[in-house]
Amino acid sequence: MTVTDTPFAGGIVGEARLRKEDPALLTGEAKFIDDLDLPGALWVACVRSPHAHARINSVDTSEALAVAGVVAAYSGEDLADTWVAPLPCAWPVTDDMKNPAHFPVAQGKANYAGDIVAVVVATSRYAAADGLEGVVVDYEPLEAVLTVEDAESDRVVIYEDLGTNVSYEWPLIPDPEGVDAAFEAAEHHITETYVHQRLIPAPMEPRGVAVVPAPHNGDMTLYSSTQIPHVLKVMAALTLGVPEQKLRVVAPSVGGGFGCKLNVYAEEILCMALAQRHGVPVRWTESRTEAAGSTIQGRAQRQTIELAADADGKLTAVRATLLADMGAYLQLVAPGVPLLGAFLYHGLYDVPLYSFTCKSVFTNLTPTDAYRGAGRPEATYAIERGMDALAVAVGVGADEIRSRNFIPTEKFPYDSPAGLVFDSGNYQPALDRAKELVGWDARMAEQAERRAAGSTTHLGLGISTYVEMCGLAPSRVLASLNYGAGGWESATVRVLPTCKVQVVTGATPHGQGHETCWSMIVADRLGVDPDDVEVLHSDTAISPLGMDTYGSRSLSVGGTAIWMATEKVVEKAATIAAHMLEANPEDLELTGGVFSVKGSPDAEVPLAGVAFAAFTAHDLPDGVEPNLQAQVTWDPPNFTFPFGAHIAVVEIDEVTGAVDLIDYAACDDCGNQINPMIVEGQVHGGIVQGVAQALWEEAVYDEDGQCRSANLADYLVPSAAECIEMKLDHTVTPSPTNPMGVKGIGEAGTIASTPAVMNAVVDALRPLGVTGMAMPASPMTVRRAIEAAGGGAS
Amino acid sequence: MEVSVTVNGEVRTADVEPRTLLVHFLRDDLGLTGTNIGCDTSSCGACTVLVDGRSAKSCTMLAVQADGADVTTIEGLAGEDGLHPMQEAFHECHALQCGYCTPGMVMAAVSLVDEYSDLDADGVREGLEGNLCRCTGYQNIVKAVLAASE
Repeated sequence: MTVTDTPFAGGIVGEARLRKEDPALLTGEAKFIDDLDLPGALWVACVRSPHAHARINSVDTSEALAVAGVVAAYSGEDLADTWVAPLPCAWPVTDDMKNPAHFPVAQGKANYAGDIVAVVVATSRYAAADGLEGVVVDYEPLEAVLTVEDAESDRVVIYEDLGTNVSYEWPLIPDPEGVDAAFEAAEHHITETYVHQRLIPAPMEPRGVAVVPAPHNGDMTLYSSTQIPHVLKVMAALTLGVPEQKLRVVAPSVGGGFGCKLNVYAEEILCMALAQRHGVPVRWTESRTEAAGSTIQGRAQRQTIELAADADGKLTAVRATLLADMGAYLQLVAPGVPLLGAFLYHGLYDVPLYSFTCKSVFTNLTPTDAYRGAGRPEATYAIERGMDALAVAVGVGADEIRSRNFIPTEKFPYDSPAGLVFDSGNYQPALDRAKELVGWDARMAEQAERRAAGSTTHLGLGISTYVEMCGLAPSRVLASLNYGAGGWESATVRVLPTCKVQVVTGATPHGQGHETCWSMIVADRLGVDPDDVEVLHSDTAISPLGMDTYGSRSLSVGGTAIWMATEKVVEKAATIAAHMLEANPEDLELTGGVFSVKGSPDAEVPLAGVAFAAFTAHDLPDGVEPNLQAQVTWDPPNFTFPFGAHIAVVEIDEVTGAVDLIDYAACDDCGNQINPMIVEGQVHGGIVQGVAQALWEEAVYDEDGQCRSANLADYLVPSAAECIEMKLDHTVTPSPTNPMGVKGIGEAGTIASTPAVMNAVVDALRPLGVTGMAMPASPMTVRRAIEAAGGGAS
Repeated sequence: MEVSVTVNGEVRTADVEPRTLLVHFLRDDLGLTGTNIGCDTSSCGACTVLVDGRSAKSCTMLAVQADGADVTTIEGLAGEDGLHPMQEAFHECHALQCGYCTPGMVMAAVSLVDEYSDLDADGVREGLEGNLCRCTGYQNIVKAVLAASE
């Protein structure tokens, strides 16, 4: 059932309105970080350790200093006195979490291939690159820890002063005895282990940093290709000791993030320090190959999920245990990533008993952190793969096992066994619609025919139904999880004297279309043209308060702040309009940009007249300040819980092991939609990113800890040729958590699609005895699985 | 070395190091920063421009190789009467999100449509294989290119 109540009356919200961001991006007018024109800027290049683990005996920069254009070169020791604090980790999930000191330039030891060991400063990007060749580092290679299992064993302890490679263990077991009892009593006990390979986020724009100092008055502007200018400002001030009021952080046009620009990076702090030291602008642009060692990677965990169920396949308990790879250091929110999934390993199923534990370890690999979905794709993958295993054990279809276990609609708001309150949900219609879109019955019949005919081209259908928690996050919940900041968002709405509107937001877009959507929300309420609304963001001098963009929070948290600020503006405008009309404010309504008195159609004043009156302030009611503006900081009372159903259809050539995705359907529910065109775009991109984890992408490391898939020739970001036309639809179940009834859609596609595809792959090969498959399901991996199962033609 | 390249209809001359890539010549010497750089292995296509009317990845060419050539970048695509039909189609079809791959994708698409008169969806997908996008899943890009090819 689709609920259609909406708080929007202006006729603008809900339209597939084209984006106001596009013209600048389509013409080359938009300025990304490397496009900034900074006369006199020095270029920075980083000498990175080629070894995964090595003692640094010496760094000799003398030859580099002789290279034409090189201005300076520094080792870690040279800069050791520069840092007030190590690079920040804002999420100490336990009080005894181990966190090795991480400085922008390594001192004494390099802990992964990519760790910066020296830095060259030069007058051009080419000269800086030339200078790298002149830095001679004497390394003493050490044994490296490259897998979570090896890390856990403490065979080699990377940080001797910490005494172990284990950073923390974090449990969430509300009823341990109950869980044990449920497993003892279970008719079906499924135990599955899955590995999430390391992924390289690979936004199309690599990272970059530029710092412009003002040496005499102490100001400093940090430009960075970041998702989090506000968080970065606080953290950079703390790390370098720059007074926060002197620091301005600007994110120019940002070419995608997917979580990897949700961080405080060595190069940001390093460029600030070098700009201070040299008194001139300093800049660095990441190369794509460099990114494998300079930008965080995603996923990287081994998970075991156990399902207890009765004879009908009704779940009675879920138990999940993780072993997560933090990489060599703890980046900004890395320890919290498993926790963002910790509450969702039972998926959207009604399960009374729940257990989750996570152990996180250090390895000599690139640090990990949030990557599109951050914890929730991992959780969804485990439960959705597990549900297919349960369906086989029970002897029912993949659709039926899910329908038997969905949280019933009448149970919302639902008290989850992990301690959350799911705001709203209605799961069966989404699955029904996805099945309809993909032609489920016909596909099943086709599969049966092929199997009967002994075809070696196998058809597989995979379902993934998901719920995610987004709208990060209620500050009190973050406090209970030991996160170092809040989860609010700030907005200012300002009606200018000419009735044009400025919206200032702390959300920081990097492709999501915020300017278009926020304009629509405000225009819908005020009755102005969305083109008359300008959205200001991503510059802490203009938008001083914010918590930025990640965790599908921008609309449900940031958008809500905008909604509420707009309401406050309307309230103030009504007070002024009432004064002008000699009426009671309560008797006024704002429709189509005009205030009128209910029941007296002739008594009206346009918002434009009110805005100008508020500006001149010649005749305002007593106690009313001039100007029409309001600022709101919104701290959400709960997460939001979008959900949906995705179905993938694959064809697998038994002989070659090649997997072809031939059909894909999805029905998502993100509550009320502001702009359905943008929602669909988010789902498209999200699905492909999740499919890529299932079929193509992996950061492959060799036995020496070197990344062998560091560039886009070897790391298989899909092209249009590998992708297919997806069939999308949606249901609408508004969230009661916020006044607009919105939920969030930025990560849903990625969360849902990986297990859908992998379930399809396993489903296709089940007649050959295949019961599991590692990701990515490359032809070689598929062939090996078929051979291991003892089946298949060759 | 001195190179002389006609860029967006204007002859541009500069003294460059022989190793200077065409993309760096366009961006750093001419200030035409619309052409983006997304990789260092000629894999992503973000730097695609038209060289004598055909798409080329400007990171795979030296500036000196373009001496005497006619180069069109994304800045040269829109006319006095507004966006080029391919740019317009990308806008209408929501074929861009972060927009970083977009200049290269648009230039590659212009060249593709110019070269093939009877494109279908598969042809567009194959034809744009050398241009990566991380945001859109390509669905709306294919739609836009087909719309512009009509």
